Amino acid sequence: MFPLENAETKQGLRRIAIDPVTRVEGHGKVTLLLDDDNHVHQARLHIVEFRGFEAFIEGRPYWEVPVTVQRLCGICPVSHQLAAVKAMDLIAGYERLTPTAEKLRRLMHYGQILQSHAVHFFHLASPDLLLGFDSEPTKRNILGVAAQFPDIAKQGIFLRKYGQEVIRHVSGKRIHGVGAIPGGVSKALTDVERDELRRDVDTMIQWARDAVRLVARIHTTHPEFYDSFGEFRASMMSLVGPDGALELYDGALRARDADGGLIFDGAPCASYNEFLQEEVKSWTYMKFPHIRALGAEAGWYRVGPLARVQTCDFIATPLAEAERKNFLAAGGGKPRHGTLLYHWARMIEALHAAETIRDLLDDVEIVGTDLIGEKGERREEAVGVIEAPRGTLIHHYRVGADDLVKYCNLIVSTTNNNQAMNEAVRSVARSFIDGNEVTEGLLNHIEVAIRAYDPCLSCATHAIGQMPLQVDLVDSSGALVSRRAKNFSAA
Amino acid sequence: MNAFPSQRPEKRLRIATATLGGCFGCHMSLLDIDERILELAKIADFDRSPFTDIKHCGPSDIGLIEGGVTNSENVHVLREFRANCRTLIAVGACAINGGLPAQRNPIDIGDLLREVYCERVDENPQIPSDPELPLLLDKVYPIHEIVRVDYAIPGCPPSADALWKFLTDLIGGRTPRLDYAHFRFD
Repeated sequence: MFPLENAETKQGLRRIAIDPVTRVEGHGKVTLLLDDDNHVHQARLHIVEFRGFEAFIEGRPYWEVPVTVQRLCGICPVSHQLAAVKAMDLIAGYERLTPTAEKLRRLMHYGQILQSHAVHFFHLASPDLLLGFDSEPTKRNILGVAAQFPDIAKQGIFLRKYGQEVIRHVSGKRIHGVGAIPGGVSKALTDVERDELRRDVDTMIQWARDAVRLVARIHTTHPEFYDSFGEFRASMMSLVGPDGALELYDGALRARDADGGLIFDGAPCASYNEFLQEEVKSWTYMKFPHIRALGAEAGWYRVGPLARVQTCDFIATPLAEAERKNFLAAGGGKPRHGTLLYHWARMIEALHAAETIRDLLDDVEIVGTDLIGEKGERREEAVGVIEAPRGTLIHHYRVGADDLVKYCNLIVSTTNNNQAMNEAVRSVARSFIDGNEVTEGLLNHIEVAIRAYDPCLSCATHAIGQMPLQVDLVDSSGALVSRRAKNFSAA
Repeated sequence: MNAFPSQRPEKRLRIATATLGGCFGCHMSLLDIDERILELAKIADFDRSPFTDIKHCGPSDIGLIEGGVTNSENVHVLREFRANCRTLIAVGACAINGGLPAQRNPIDIGDLLREVYCERVDENPQIPSDPELPLLLDKVYPIHEIVRVDYAIPGCPPSADALWKFLTDLIGGRTPRLDYAHFRFD
């Protein structure tokens, strides 16, 4: 049982809710239970939406899945497309992609890392860091940033635009395109498109580097505060390349404990469920994954940028690697666990993405026209794993001889961070709320901690709740269309 | 590309936005207007939106709704928007007809939950049932079945150019029109 997850008794406690959590993707709320002296007895992040993708994907043709599962998320659709298509490659009998197809998929993926990290940092999180955690709430948004820091806001807008244009050139659309298909990709990149993307890439690398420096500068203004805000020790997990490099498209799973020691390494993606398992709790739609060998209490972990820059041994692009070394040196060479350090790590990855995009555009094979691999034996079951902007994303499918999906299981990046986000909420509640007069600004501190994880709450929804209430659906004339009341029990 | 009329509205406009049972893709498409968002900021403020910290919708000129209606909370949010927004717009496939999440509609909701929560979980399988969680509806409903809707913009998501064309028409006092190139359903 985790401290502050369950109040011993709810008698005499008052409930404060942050509902909805804003400047995040999807639906979440935080509830706090406090006594008369404002001591916190319980703090929870609830995910309040259920869509049931895993169930209704069953029965659909396998080739449709990469396109449909994108609709889990409008910020990171490319991740879902690629994780699904990596599984469907194997199911359809494509063991190997052509060099051009793999490079185009990587290009699209790094375009997405860049745009997603930009939208998170500039559009969603930067108002807290640049304007203040308890600044005027009606101005605490991207337009407030644009009014005070026009150059920073513009660079954020253009970094995101560039990443979106990379995606559009590979997949035909900025959001929910059709680039990757089982066996390869559906479209070549033309010389004209490549040249257009090349034109701005050096500027993007410069701006991404400026963004890393901006976060580092913010940290050096109050290092103790930024290091300790929402800090707690945690294990971390990500894919890494065969040489130990930061690897976002394909690799094996590695987990380190809070001191940096290896828990497992080189774990093949196909056997993820030998290493990981999921638990359900009654008060949230989001499951709780953890490392099977360690159990639920000790086995939870972090994923995403802060985990990735520390699970890997190095970053293969020079500017990002230099910034990673700065980041580690600023922590005295020990693993760093402060929640706000996610932003610093995220911008290091944005820089790495921009450098990688440049390298891919300079590769002659990126404009190749050999797009589909050699087809071999069909399979019934496969797992696709990718490092999405928010962390490790696992798609697992079984497909029958009739080409229809028989089973689908998803462990989404944000779900991997479920316990970590709850720990961050509780850490901040202890430090800032406990015993104090609760103000809007103090409550925003809790949201600041949640935002650092860049949660994608639509992705992560798999369940339902019960409420003692009745919902009437009426049409525009006021006539009753249907009535639903609480009427089922957890079987 | 349309520009705003040189005759700027007398008073600043207020725009409210919400995602119900959607994927946030329509909101991302709105951000895909890129630097034009700074144009918009010259004449409009955002009220409740995932991009601001305003938690409840106040009186607004334009309300943009993404996503279908999947649970009791969506119903409350949608009614709050209808009561406060002069013009309410269904943005994207899910708001208009339920979209992809409506693929759950033929499945009994109890079966669906048992499948996701009890059959794929090794530890502590149970259907979450805390009173803090909103009640799920039996089906995903399009928003026009709950409130009156003034306009619908199709697409999954509608492109940034379609959203821009629509908003510039509406703000400029013209009847919003999307030509063939802007009119798509995927």
